[in-house]
Amino acid sequence: MTTGSKIAAVALAMLVALLAAVPWLVSDYGLGFMVNLMCYLVLTIAWTLFSGTTRYVSLATAAFFGLGAYTVAMLVKEMPIYATFGIALVIGTVMALLVGLVTLRVSGMFFVVFGFGLSELMREVLIWWEINQTKTLGRYVFVPFDTTLIYWHLLGLAVLVFLVGWLLRRTRLGIALLVIGDDETMARQAGINVPLAKVAIFVVSSVFMTVVGAVMAPRFGYLTPNFAFNPLISFQVVIMALLGGMHRLWGPVLGVVPLMLLSELLQVRFPFWYSVFLGLVFMIIVYFLPRGITGLVEDGWRVLRRPISLPRGVTGPLIDVWGSLSRPISLPRGIAGFVEDTWARLIRRQPTGGR
Amino acid sequence: MSLIEVVLSGVILGGLYALIAIGFNLQYGVARIFNLAYGEFLMAAAFAAFWMFTLASIDPILGMLLSVPVTFGANWLIYRFLMLPLVRRARTRDDLEGDTILATFGLLFVLKGASQLAFTPDNRFYDYLNTPVRIIGFTFAANRVLAFGVACAFGLAIWLILKRTRFGAAMRALAIEPAGARLVGVDTTAMSAIAFASGGALVAVAGTLVSTFLTFNPSIGVEFTMKALVVVMMGGIGNMVGSLLAGILLGVAEALCSYLVDSGLTLAVAYFLFLIVLLVRPRGLFGTP
Repeated sequence: MTTGSKIAAVALAMLVALLAAVPWLVSDYGLGFMVNLMCYLVLTIAWTLFSGTTRYVSLATAAFFGLGAYTVAMLVKEMPIYATFGIALVIGTVMALLVGLVTLRVSGMFFVVFGFGLSELMREVLIWWEINQTKTLGRYVFVPFDTTLIYWHLLGLAVLVFLVGWLLRRTRLGIALLVIGDDETMARQAGINVPLAKVAIFVVSSVFMTVVGAVMAPRFGYLTPNFAFNPLISFQVVIMALLGGMHRLWGPVLGVVPLMLLSELLQVRFPFWYSVFLGLVFMIIVYFLPRGITGLVEDGWRVLRRPISLPRGVTGPLIDVWGSLSRPISLPRGIAGFVEDTWARLIRRQPTGGR
Repeated sequence: MSLIEVVLSGVILGGLYALIAIGFNLQYGVARIFNLAYGEFLMAAAFAAFWMFTLASIDPILGMLLSVPVTFGANWLIYRFLMLPLVRRARTRDDLEGDTILATFGLLFVLKGASQLAFTPDNRFYDYLNTPVRIIGFTFAANRVLAFGVACAFGLAIWLILKRTRFGAAMRALAIEPAGARLVGVDTTAMSAIAFASGGALVAVAGTLVSTFLTFNPSIGVEFTMKALVVVMMGGIGNMVGSLLAGILLGVAEALCSYLVDSGLTLAVAYFLFLIVLLVRPRGLFGTP
C-alpha cells in the first residue's frame, strides 16, 4: 500500500465516521434530507454499476425499488423487519435474474423496452391484486425502525456499493464489462461470456435497488402501489448518474447532491414544475454535457494544466511571471513542498540569463 | 357477451394499436429515432380533441384537420432541432439509440409535466357517439367502430403511399439500408424528418380516436408508448404489415383478458405477449431467424 492510498483510506474512513455521526449533528428535517440523499446515492451508484459499464440504459430502477418497498409493506405485519428485508432481497434477486436472463441475451433494445414498462406493469398487477384479493389499496408500515436506523442502514449500503464498485474495477468481471461496453463483438471474440457477465452485474445492481426500497419502506409509513412504483424514481436516478458522469466511481456523488437540493426546493411545492424542470435539465445534459460534471472537471483540469502560449513581443520579467503561471500544475512534493519551493525561489532569486 | 363478440371487439381495439405501432415504426424503423415520448403526443392530441369538443363543440374527427397538421409540424421541428444534432453526432447506430432514448426520455417528462400543469392530473372524459350499433348481428359502441374505421383508412393510406409511390419506395429503402438509399439519391435527412413527423401525425390521429371512448389524463402516454413498442417488437422493426397483425393480436389478447380475468390488466397482457416473443422468436413474429 502506497502512502497516497493509505491517506485516501484514512480520509474515507473519517468521512464515513462523520456521515455516521450525522443524526446527532443535524435537525430532524436535516436527517430526513440526508436519508433521501443516501437513498438516491445508493440507487445511482448501483445504476452506474450496470449501466455505466455495459452502456445499457436501465429504466427499471423504480421497479426494483418499489418491489423492495412493497414486499416489506406486505409482510411487515407477519414477521420481524429483518426477515422482510431478507425476503425482499431474495425476491429482487429472482426478479433481476428473470429479467436479465430473458432480455439481456437478446439485444440491448429489448432490455431497455422491458425495463421502461416494468414498473408500470408491477404497479398495475399489484393494484389488481390488492383490489380483488385483499380489498385494500395501500398498506401501513408501522414498525419500531426510526429515521436514524434507516439512515445508518442506507449509509452501510452506500459503503457496500462503493466497495463493490471499487472492487469491480479490479476484477476480471469488471474488466470484461468495460470491454462489453466498448465493443460487444470484440468482447465475444476475446472469449468473454457476454450474457453471463451482463446478467451477473445486472443482478448485483438490482439487488441493491431492491434492498434500498425495502429499507426505505418504514420511512414512508403508508404505501400504495402508485407511490412505490413511481416512474420519477427511475428518471431521477438516470439524470443524477448522467449529471455526475458515469466513468468515475465518485461521479454520481456530484450528480446526486445538486439534484437532491433542487428536489428539496421544488418537488414538494411545485411537483409538476419539478417534472418539467428535470426534463429540461436532463436534455441539457444529454446535449451539452455528455460526460457529466466529472467530465467537466476533468476537462477544466486539463485546460489548467496546458501551457499557455505567450504573445509575441513580451520581454523582461513578464516572461518569468508568465512562465510560472503557465507551468503545468503538479505537486510532486505535496502542498508543503510547493510552499517551500516558492519561498526558496522568492528569497534566492537567480538571474534568469539571456532569454 | 359471446366469445365471438369479445374477439371482434378486440379486433376493433387492435386496429387502433396497429395505427399507433405503425406510427412508431415510421419513427424507429425509418427515421431511426427511438422515441420514448411517443405516447405523450397521443395524450396531447386527446386533450386537444377534448378541449375542442367541450369548449367549441367541434367534432373530434373534424378537429383532426387542425390537430394532426399541428402535431406533424411539431414533430418535424423536434426532428430538425432536437434529433438531427444527435444523428450528426452519433458515430454508430448504438450511439444514436442510446442518445435518442435519453433525450426523448427527458422530453417525456417535460411534456407530461407541462400537461399536468396546464390541464391538471384529473381524469377526463367526453360523450361522443356513445350509442350502440349493430353490425352483422353483434352490438358495438359507435365511437369504437368509428375509431376502427378511421384507423383502417389511415393504415390503408400509409400502405398505398409506401407501396405505390416513388416517395414510399424511398422511405422503404431508407428503412432497409440507409447508406444504400443515399447512394441512389434519396435525401435521407429530409426523408427521415418526414417519416418522424408522419409518425407523430399518426399518433395524433390515434390520440383523437382514443379520446372518444376512453378516459384519459396526462399520464396515459407511457402506457401507449409501451404498447407501441411491444407491437413493433412483435411485428418486426420496419415491417408495417407485421405491426398491423401484431397490433390486432394485442387487441384481441387484451379483449380476451378483460373478458376472462380483469380489465385492469391490459399492460400485463402486452408484457405476456412480449415475453413469449422474446423467448420464442426474438426477431419478431414475422422476422427471419
